[in-house]
Amino acid sequence: MSDLTLQQQEAQDAIDSYLQSQEQKELVRFITCGSVDDGKSTLIGRLLYDSKTIFEDQMDTLESDSKKVGTQGGAIDFALLVDGLAAEREQGITIDVAYRFFASEKRKFIVADTPGHEQYTRNMATGASTADIAIILIDARKGVLSQTRRHSLIASMLGIRHVIVAVNKMDLIDFDQNGFNAIEADYRKFAERLDFKTIQCIPLSALDGDNMITASERTSWYDGPSIMQALDDTDITEDRTADSFRMPVQWVNRPNLDFRGFAGTIVSGAVTPGTDVIAIPSGMRSTVDRIVVHGGDLNVASTDQAVTITLKDEIDISRGDVICAADDPVDSSDQFGVHMVWMDRNALLPGRQYYAKTQNKTVSATVTDIKHKIDINTGEHQAGKTLELNEIGVCNISFDQRIAFAPYKDNRGLGSFILIDRHTNNTVGVGLLDFSLRRASNIVWQDLKVDKSARARQKHQKPAVLWFTGLSGSGKSTVANLVEQKLHDLGRHTAILDGDNVRHGLNRDLGFTDADRVENIRRVAEASKLMVEAGLLTLVSFISPFRDERELARQLVADDEFIEIFINTPLEVCEQRDPKGLYKKARAGEIKNFTGIDSAYEAPENPELEVDTGSLSAEDAATQIVAYLDQLGYLNAD
Amino acid sequence: MTSSVGATAPSQLSMTHLDRLEAESIHIIREVAAEASNPVMLYSVGKDSAVMLHLAMKAFYPSPPPFPLMHVDTTWKFREMISFRDEMAEKVGMDLIVHINQEGVDQGVGPFTHGSALHTEIMKTQALKQALDKYQFDAAFGGARRDEEKSRAKERVFSFRTPQHRWDPKNQRPELWNIYNTRINKGESIRVFPLSNWTELDIWQYIYRENIPIVPLYLAAERPVVTRDGQLIMVDDDRVPMEPGETPEMRMIRFRTLGCYPLTGAVESNASTLAEIIQEMLVSRTSERQGRVIDKDASASMEQKKQEGYF
Repeated sequence: MSDLTLQQQEAQDAIDSYLQSQEQKELVRFITCGSVDDGKSTLIGRLLYDSKTIFEDQMDTLESDSKKVGTQGGAIDFALLVDGLAAEREQGITIDVAYRFFASEKRKFIVADTPGHEQYTRNMATGASTADIAIILIDARKGVLSQTRRHSLIASMLGIRHVIVAVNKMDLIDFDQNGFNAIEADYRKFAERLDFKTIQCIPLSALDGDNMITASERTSWYDGPSIMQALDDTDITEDRTADSFRMPVQWVNRPNLDFRGFAGTIVSGAVTPGTDVIAIPSGMRSTVDRIVVHGGDLNVASTDQAVTITLKDEIDISRGDVICAADDPVDSSDQFGVHMVWMDRNALLPGRQYYAKTQNKTVSATVTDIKHKIDINTGEHQAGKTLELNEIGVCNISFDQRIAFAPYKDNRGLGSFILIDRHTNNTVGVGLLDFSLRRASNIVWQDLKVDKSARARQKHQKPAVLWFTGLSGSGKSTVANLVEQKLHDLGRHTAILDGDNVRHGLNRDLGFTDADRVENIRRVAEASKLMVEAGLLTLVSFISPFRDERELARQLVADDEFIEIFINTPLEVCEQRDPKGLYKKARAGEIKNFTGIDSAYEAPENPELEVDTGSLSAEDAATQIVAYLDQLGYLNAD
Repeated sequence: MTSSVGATAPSQLSMTHLDRLEAESIHIIREVAAEASNPVMLYSVGKDSAVMLHLAMKAFYPSPPPFPLMHVDTTWKFREMISFRDEMAEKVGMDLIVHINQEGVDQGVGPFTHGSALHTEIMKTQALKQALDKYQFDAAFGGARRDEEKSRAKERVFSFRTPQHRWDPKNQRPELWNIYNTRINKGESIRVFPLSNWTELDIWQYIYRENIPIVPLYLAAERPVVTRDGQLIMVDDDRVPMEPGETPEMRMIRFRTLGCYPLTGAVESNASTLAEIIQEMLVSRTSERQGRVIDKDASASMEQKKQEGYF
């Protein structure tokens, strides 16, 4: 490039050497957490300001905003640099996770600014999930608070190994050494039972800049690092996964018949052409042929690189598989002990079906048991049947397929999943896999010689669940009883499950909270499935107010074995009938969680049959239902 | 646990900052290809789009990216952008969809006659919604970065939109690790921002390192300009209304950001090579969005525009 001017050549050289120096920089992610008004936003604003990440026009806006809405009496309010959304600027608190970027001479940083407000714990977990370091702010006047403990617990649980405890607002206690020492001792004692590798306590005034970048003269008694020095010098080398080679297959690359590549991001270890590998859970074995990237093949690839691998054998591996070192593969399972953090306003209900998404696979998931909740302020265990927003619990979870996994503490990438609500599609919870509940691969169903169809043949009928749903007093049981009577008269084999025979026996330990209602229906659904296995026409008569649980019952049996019958009687009519006097009691507040009054009823969207008891007598309804069964061949199968 | 590969494996810390950003973006782009049923990459022709397109080429190599490019043309883009766009689409071999809000054209909507806010609303925001509805895309890549503006700093990488294309900043899905929730109901969509964690400096360093082609408007040259509201506006065609007796002035300028030419302020600069741009950036004291007239209305204006469906 001979046509470059001298000036351009100088720029070229300067940039080349600059870019080379950039090559030496590490990328480090950290989170800041603390209680409301501890000064998080001010601390980040300071780091941005002092690392010269703020440009002139932003500075102009900052100055005018500081005068308009600032909390520093017209002086620069650094918090305004990072409090982004209009609503929170008015309230003066941070309400969501914001990401910020700055660089020092040694490192480039991505900061997750996470809120301290009590109801936003979920955002802190979000920020912590990718962080290497946590800065935990403590107000020097207040010391270690329950929120400090909560943030530390979440940071530790999500795998952060280094904390910087910033004892802020030291100017307000006159930089008192004893005050600082007391807080440090307090914190270290509490943190003993957490999983931190290093803890660095720093006396700070974020507002005035003391110990932010350089040592402050006002804390001459302190000889430790400043915030910036601590961020620069904390050694995170060993924290990043040191596990063997694992790469979840994200996308299969097939441009033509001659090329089959498996694209993914390596979550741990390293791979070279010639490495023997096994895909989990499919169990296929082969040897790495090439590591393909744009611009030429690689001789070696390791953790966090996004690559495309080809194998020596033509084997069928798909998204969801994890390609592992053959001599040290991961396990697979479908039942796990997990830590869950709940993130949705609707509580976690055991027995309800959710989607679980791991790095590269989506499965159906059900929490089968909440072992205990963890009090995030004290770390103590508490009993609980549900998990509410921002609660943490230790649970058992069951997936409908095996997945490749590693415990979260060994491998963040293969030990994590999110839970998704099946209707709203919201991310409602996150899970950290602790261990497999069993060697799932060893479980083999007993070979049953007399099967469902054999039993049904013997009875000359096609078994099914007739699921009657509707409000209390709608006439479900009346119609169901009439249907059973008619079927019996026709010589068919039936069974009936209703509140009277189930609530007093199988489910007598359950009440009427949402969680108990879900469990109630789950057990009824499982019982009805067994009866269908036995070849019976099984009549189930339950209010069953939630769509999800009815859907669960439907999925337990074959497609043509579930007939949902919606007894559609308006609430006013049911309340007028009030055969058991329950509505009266509910209205008087004597019964809580009564469906239709203070608990929701979700009407079926596509029931097989709908009965309007306003225009049809119970007798006629039963006749129609039996005719329907007859037409579709349930009553004469040979 | 010991690794099955010997000591030849390099420490992963040998990955530079740019390597890590690149790998993260490729992961995001592949995830959309694997999970969305009808994705599209919004291509604005600017430097961020250039990087995003380059990353897509890398993500699927040796296959071409399995989605089309789409450009929402307001009919007021710099002429050099349009010719560059067509060359690039040709070069990478991807389908290019160009969408123009024809109603807006018929009504003669433009920034000089209708003002920047209305022009942007009709020719950009409305046009984008029209195009997304027309082709029923369920995922659309955008080149936005979190360091550009305060409301972007809080947006998820996978950002959910209602069937009306609205963004609800208070009701965003939690986003942990690199596990992205891509589930939507019919009519809903997701905007995906693979460059979320890149800064302006990262973008330029990467363009430099990877030798990525960019529109020459980013490099300083003598160009005809007039001054409007304190901004240097390039006279790209004869649609710029002139004051009586006014003539465009030739000045050495370049652009830090590209959009509709009447809404894009130039900076005076002598940086005519990439290296000089990066060098200028290192001493720059003015952030890039300053060149965008649209952001000046009010400091929370971007958040409002985004809620209404602006990218």
